This record gives sequence, C-alpha cells and structure tokens, in this order.
Amino acid sequence: MHTGVESPRGVWWKPAHKAEKVWVVLAFAWCMVLFAMMPLWHWKGGQNPSGIRARVEPEAFRVRTDEFIATYKVGEEDNGIPIVEPPPGSDIYLLGQMWLWTPSLRLQKDAEYTLHLSSADVNHGFSLYPLNINFQVVPGYDYGLRVTPTEAGDFRIVCNEFCGVGHHVMVGRIEVIDSAAAATDEAAEELVLSAPEGDEGGDR
Amino acid sequence: MKGGFRICPTTALRVHRQADGLIKANAVAATVLLLVGGITGLLVLLTRWQAVHLLDAVMFYRVLTIHGMSMLIFFIIFFEMAILYFAGPVLLNSRVPAPKLGWSMFWLMVLGAVMVEWTMWTGRADVLFTSYVPLKAHPLFYLGVILFAVGTLITVAVFFGSLVVAKREKTYEGSVPLVTYGAITAAIIAVITLVHGAAIYIPTFLWSIGIGNVDPQVYRMVWWGLGHSSQQINVAAMVAVWYLLGALTVGSVVINEKISRTAFVLYILFISMASAHHLLVDPGMGPTWKVVNTSYFMYMAVLASMIHGFTVPAGIEVGQRVRGLTKGMFEWLRRAPWGDPGFSALVFSVIIFGFVGGITGVTFGTEQINIIAHNTLRIPGHFHATVVAGTALAFMGVTYYVIPLIFRKKVAFWPLAKIQPYLFAFGMLIFSVAMTFAGTFGIPRRHWDMTFSDALFDVQFSPAVNLVVTVMALGGLIAALGGAIYILVTVWSVFLGQPMEGDATYVDARSS
Repeated sequence: MHTGVESPRGVWWKPAHKAEKVWVVLAFAWCMVLFAMMPLWHWKGGQNPSGIRARVEPEAFRVRTDEFIATYKVGEEDNGIPIVEPPPGSDIYLLGQMWLWTPSLRLQKDAEYTLHLSSADVNHGFSLYPLNINFQVVPGYDYGLRVTPTEAGDFRIVCNEFCGVGHHVMVGRIEVIDSAAAATDEAAEELVLSAPEGDEGGDR
Repeated sequence: MKGGFRICPTTALRVHRQADGLIKANAVAATVLLLVGGITGLLVLLTRWQAVHLLDAVMFYRVLTIHGMSMLIFFIIFFEMAILYFAGPVLLNSRVPAPKLGWSMFWLMVLGAVMVEWTMWTGRADVLFTSYVPLKAHPLFYLGVILFAVGTLITVAVFFGSLVVAKREKTYEGSVPLVTYGAITAAIIAVITLVHGAAIYIPTFLWSIGIGNVDPQVYRMVWWGLGHSSQQINVAAMVAVWYLLGALTVGSVVINEKISRTAFVLYILFISMASAHHLLVDPGMGPTWKVVNTSYFMYMAVLASMIHGFTVPAGIEVGQRVRGLTKGMFEWLRRAPWGDPGFSALVFSVIIFGFVGGITGVTFGTEQINIIAHNTLRIPGHFHATVVAGTALAFMGVTYYVIPLIFRKKVAFWPLAKIQPYLFAFGMLIFSVAMTFAGTFGIPRRHWDMTFSDALFDVQFSPAVNLVVTVMALGGLIAALGGAIYILVTVWSVFLGQPMEGDATYVDARSS
C-alpha cells in the first residue's frame, strides 16, 4: 500500500479489485448509452438544427434580406423595423447587426419556412423567447433552419452573444398568427401589448 | 543561481532551493490575480443582481472581461505552474534543471499578464474572455496573451526537463508517483492547448495590426481548442491535487495504479475534442462532425472522470481503514479530519465538481440539450461548479499545505482557515445551482440588463426569475466571503506569519 506521492516499486500493472472493475464497467456502459442517445435522437427526435449551411458575404446577405423585405413587407412598422409577412413555404431572412434584428417577422401557425440567419458585423446569438431555443449567428455564414411554428403568439429574439456595448438592447420580434382565428388573436394581442407592465424596469 | 537542498522535516523530501523559490513566486502571482478576478467577479455579481445593478453597461462588460481573463487564464495557470514545480522537482527529490530559464519565463508570464490587464482596465479590450473575431481589441491584448502562453509553454518544458534530470540522476526509484503522473498529464494537455492558442492568437494579433484576415467561424473553432482545453489542464491538475490532498490529509492509498493512470491517459487522448461542444449550434459545422466529436470522444474523457470520482474516495476509505478506523461502514468517514481545510476542500471539490459541474457539463454536450442551454446562464452555472467549486477549491485546499511545507510559515487565523472551505463550497454550490436554474428560463449570460428596459421590444421573464437571481446573488456573496478569507489567510501567513520550527537550511547537493 502506498500513497499518490510515493513511487510505486516494481510492476504496478496489476489486476483491479472487483469493486473497481464493476464501477469501470458500469461507467463505460453508461457512456455508451449516452453515446447512442445523441445520434439516435438526431434521427428520431426531430429537434436538431437542420444543417443547411453556406458561406455568404455579409454584404450579399444584407442585399438578400433587403430584397426579402421589399417583396413581402406589409407596410406597417414595428418601432421603425419593417414588418414582413412571407407566404408559407418561403425562404425567410433575418439579419443580425449591432444592435437590431431586421425585419420583424409575421409567420403563419403550422406553415413550414426555411429561416436564414446571418450577421452583418460580429457574432450574435439568436435566442427565441419564451421558448428558449438558441443558435449562434456568425458573420460570413448563412445558417438555414427549417422551422414550423406550432403555436400562435408574440415571440422575442434576444441576442445572447456579446456584440458590443449595446448588446443588451438587441431584441427582435416574431409574431405567429393563427390564420383561422386571426381576427380574435390580433385583438387579444393588442390587449397584451397595451398592458403597462413593460415600464416597471425603466429605472434599471 | 544558488542551489542546494533542504530536507523537509514533515515529509523527508529533498527540496531544491530553486523549486522553493519558483513555487513561491508562481503562487504569489496566482493569488494577486485571484484577488483581481475576485473583486471583478463581485462587481459582476452585484450588477447582474438586478436589485443592485451596480455598474453601467460599459463598465460591466469591461469588468466581466477582466474577471474571465484573470481567473480562467492568469490565476489558474500561475497556480498550475507552481504545481508543476512541486510535482516534478519536489516529489522526485530532484533539482530544477534550468532555474534561470524558469525565472525568466515567470517574468515573461508576468509581463504578458500585465499587458493584458492594462489593455482591459484602460478600455482597450472590451471583447470579453472569448474575444470573438471580428470584435477587435488593442494589439497588446493579443500580444500579452501570446507572451503569457510562450512563458507557460517553456515552463512546461522545464518541468519535462526536471523529469529527465530526476530519472538520469536516479533521485527516485521505480515509477514516478501518481501525483506526478497526473501533473505530466496536465502538462501534455497544456502543450496541446497552447499550440491551439498560438494557432489562433498569432493570426488574430496580425489581423489587429492590419495584416491578413481571420474567419469568425474558424476563430471560434480553434479558439475553443484553447478555451476549453485549458479547462482540461485544470481538470487533470485538479485530479492530481485530489490524490495529493488525499495523501497529505489522511494518507489515502492508491488502490490500483493501472486504473488511475489509464484514466489519466484517457484525458490526453479524448479531452481536446470535447471543446467541439461549444460549436453545437454553430452554422459552420455539420451534424456528423458535431456528433462524433462531442459524443463519442467526449464520453471517453467523461469515463476518466467517472473513474477518478471512484478511486479518490475509495483511496481515502482504504487509507483510513489501514489506520485502524474500521468500525462499521462509515467510521472512516465520520472520524475523518473535517477540521483540516485541506480535507474538507478535497471532499467538497470532488462532490461539487462531479455532481453539479460534471453532470451539467455532460448534458450540455448533447446537441439537443445544447439548443436550450447555449449562451444562457446555464453555461456559467456549469463552469462555476467545475472550475471554481472544483479546481479553485482544490487549489485552495492544497494551499494550506503549501504554506507550512514550502513557505515554511504557520497558517494564520487557523479558526477562519478551518471554516473557509465550508463557506466557499456552500456559497458556490448555491450560486451555481441557482445560476443554472436561472438559465432554464432563457436568461442570457454576458448580459447587462435582463429587464431589457432600453430595448426596442419588451421581454418579460417569469417573476420567478427574480427569486432565483436573488438566491444566486446570496450564494455568490457567501462564496466571495470564503474567497476573501482565503486571501486574508494566505497573504497574512506568507508575509506576516510565524515561521515554522525546524531546520530549513539549504545544503549543497554534493556535500549531502
């Protein structure tokens, strides 16, 4: 018997005690379970980034986003950000830049879209609130994600990668409407937005 | 340079004068940077605690950058250099092979650290710890990191040299001790890490002075080869310190050298791929690359930690039983030296690192869970349990032995030192768990204002968040108190403490 600060003498490559063997086998088996779960869930779970990826010059992505806005904008603005309502099945573009997300998106419930994310300047983080789904947005890369909104509502895009001193004001908006019951939904939303709670944090 | 050895009255090890000096210098530098990192950490905490919200946005991001660099790079690597001088020359009864080189590299590291600190404090590097390109810092920021890394790399080479010298001069018999073996693991991982660091910081430095370009995605990939792998130096060094503390506090036994050493080898082989889990929701890499790197390779490194998580406590139990504490199942645990801060730090380090840090880390390394955890407070919740409650706490524990054995001073304020690991571990546990919970609500990390008062659109987190963040802040304050006591005790003992009794004169090697 010796401690960890003493040199073991002679041959120390000896068979392990039974308790130790059992533990190593159990730990290894558990690692294999974890190992199997990740690829399995990738195929069966349907909860992964879809992996549509391309390089894109930041300027080219900005032009694409501008075209997208010009084609599908509805004429209203959200605090100065154009609102865009693309048809189901279309490619939609969302540009992150210091410290804005453009445009504001109005999507249909249960329709499939391909969402393209990229940045005009530095890294940004796409964090969909309140669902808490997060993706890294990297300049020079077009990140394509197949998305199908499954519930109607008023969502926020919080930037969760540090992007300079205005990082904490960078919030965008995605609105999902249930076209079957669009009229009642919008009325309800007006109520939510006009509630005065938003001012409480004003004193930082 | 003066040489000569003293015989340690406690351990009977032959300690080289230069090993003593270099351990002291690196430990003092580590403590100074721990103080810088601790004060800035407290400021970060008092700002994120929305009820206080102390700093303005500019200062918050600046101080957060300083906290990250001072703790994760400077404090911890200086301390690890001290560990290398201990695990090499001291444990092997050998001399430091190139003391002049060792000292110049120490001063090079100090210079690099000072350059980086200067750029950060003067607002020339508000880019956070990760400094993701194309955020740009002052060129001296990158140059400082490069100089620090070069100093570290050559100090690691001096450590490898000490192994060769000890072997050639036959200062030990048989194989190197397990603690030294663990330190060798940490040193090899350090080399891998620092090569990544050079591969990314040199092009980034050139880019910052206007030469060439750095792709943001490539930067993220190679940078994490440094950023995460450097945490693996910490893991390997921490596990070596676990075995060391086990030996020093209760004479714990190495149950099976083969198992423990194989586990260390698993770290070397697989742990650098684990840094791929930082890129799980990145656009640049495909699913196959992500699954292979984070799943298969990372789990083999996890296996290594699972093994040490068994052998360290088992070694303590067997060691205690050998000393006669054999009654029942738990006499060995009940009658363990709970008043020895080295022992309590060891126990809490193993438990919090494994059960909080380890489990959260492994789950975040899964593609699907990463989607709901990436860049939320769950991430710092995880790594405060690993690096702080795990590594830093183990290093604090070993300090209570470094002070009498190397500095030859009595530990001052002993009653405070006894409770220090309890305070720090308890505070850090509450802090990390609450932070992790806060992250499950989607609260971003690295964020100045979670009320979004100046944002274009309102974001209303669940009111439960305020409670969780308050709990987090209280845990952080308790941990900060524990950290302050640690610094008080170490600084007072080293500079104003009573010298230990016993002969500590250095005798030239040839005459002894």
